[in-house]
Amino acid sequence: MLTVHDLSVARGGMAVLAGVSFELLAGKVLILRGANGVGKTTVLRTLAGLQPVMAGWVEVEAESLTYSGHADGLKATLTVVENLAFWAAVHGQTDVDVAIAAMNLAALRDRRAADLSAGQKRRLGLARLRVTGRKVWLMDEPTVSLDAASVALFGAMLRGHLAAGGAAIVATHIDLGLPEAEVLDLTPFRAPQNHTGAFDEAFL
Amino acid sequence: MIALLIRDLRLAVRAGGGFGLGLAFFLMVAVLVPLGVGPEVALLSRIAPGILWVGALLACLLSLDRMFALDFEDGALDLMAVSPLPLEGVAAMKALAHWLVTGLPLVLISPVLGVLLSLTPGGYVWLVASLALGSPALSLIGCFGAALTVGLKRGGLILSLIVLPMYVPSLVFGAEVVRRGASGGDALVPLLLLAAISLGSAAVLPFACGAALRANLK
Repeated sequence: MLTVHDLSVARGGMAVLAGVSFELLAGKVLILRGANGVGKTTVLRTLAGLQPVMAGWVEVEAESLTYSGHADGLKATLTVVENLAFWAAVHGQTDVDVAIAAMNLAALRDRRAADLSAGQKRRLGLARLRVTGRKVWLMDEPTVSLDAASVALFGAMLRGHLAAGGAAIVATHIDLGLPEAEVLDLTPFRAPQNHTGAFDEAFL
Repeated sequence: MIALLIRDLRLAVRAGGGFGLGLAFFLMVAVLVPLGVGPEVALLSRIAPGILWVGALLACLLSLDRMFALDFEDGALDLMAVSPLPLEGVAAMKALAHWLVTGLPLVLISPVLGVLLSLTPGGYVWLVASLALGSPALSLIGCFGAALTVGLKRGGLILSLIVLPMYVPSLVFGAEVVRRGASGGDALVPLLLLAAISLGSAAVLPFACGAALRANLK
């Protein structure tokens, strides 16, 4: 579903990781681990196409990825249902009720996003993944500010997605309760810390 | 893309969305100028075309910095970049939403403000026509400026410095249409040039916006 071969990524002009290779199959989840700053977010953003690939290649089916970062992309003055319906429409989907049920947002459907708690906002942000209809979910710290019950809800939604033939890559520090998940520790792929900006070198 | 347009319009009319802000600013300019220069009708009617166009331009500028900045801050722009929406389409819809929220109300209210500035009766049709055909270019050029400065802290000031020079042709031709119309001259030529600027902007700038957004997201 997603093949990464010898990928190098950079943040702010500095190479952070080099030689990352893995393959993600349908129905599988890959957990990225590593200390703060090792480059988990950078890898996910690169896979999502939000950052350029420094070296190597990524092979993925067209229009199959969706991304969930530190920010949820919610509009404070729109209600829960309006927020989800927008993202569903953007992705050519119509059904938001399944996602609302999956993240237990039914009681909050007509509440403005501004009036949600941090954990509720995150649940809404994660429900957004469900309405995109995309097969590969890239998630960066999805469980931040979630309580134990919500983490379990998220685990259940993720498992449902995998059972339906989806796949996911999750950068996280906590245990999601998915024993079948493969774990990739990024620490060994750390790039040597030197300038990669060939352009700058002419001036140094 | 229609969903994006509907969302942006909805956000604009909800609390804190900024709908009417440009309109109120335009109104204030038109009210303050006669107070400043005095009630001399001949002088007012002579400067009215220029004042009305400068006012419209500044009113448009007022809400530009939030066009992409809000979506950038809350992560929605990243998510749109990953979604099936082309960024060119996002930019076009943002410009359209901005025009519907800011430009169109300015067009509709401009005859009232013409009265405040003692515009010559013959000029009203030309005032509305020039703003209707010229204001889309203001939104599109502004959209390009906003795309260039997205992600910059306090980018609003730089945005003004980038956008205002690009507004000059629209201002020159727009004010010229009203001036000629008010004095009974042939206003069609500047009006057509004004329309050409809008059409050209609509054809080219969404692509430039898309490229600028893509560069700024990286």
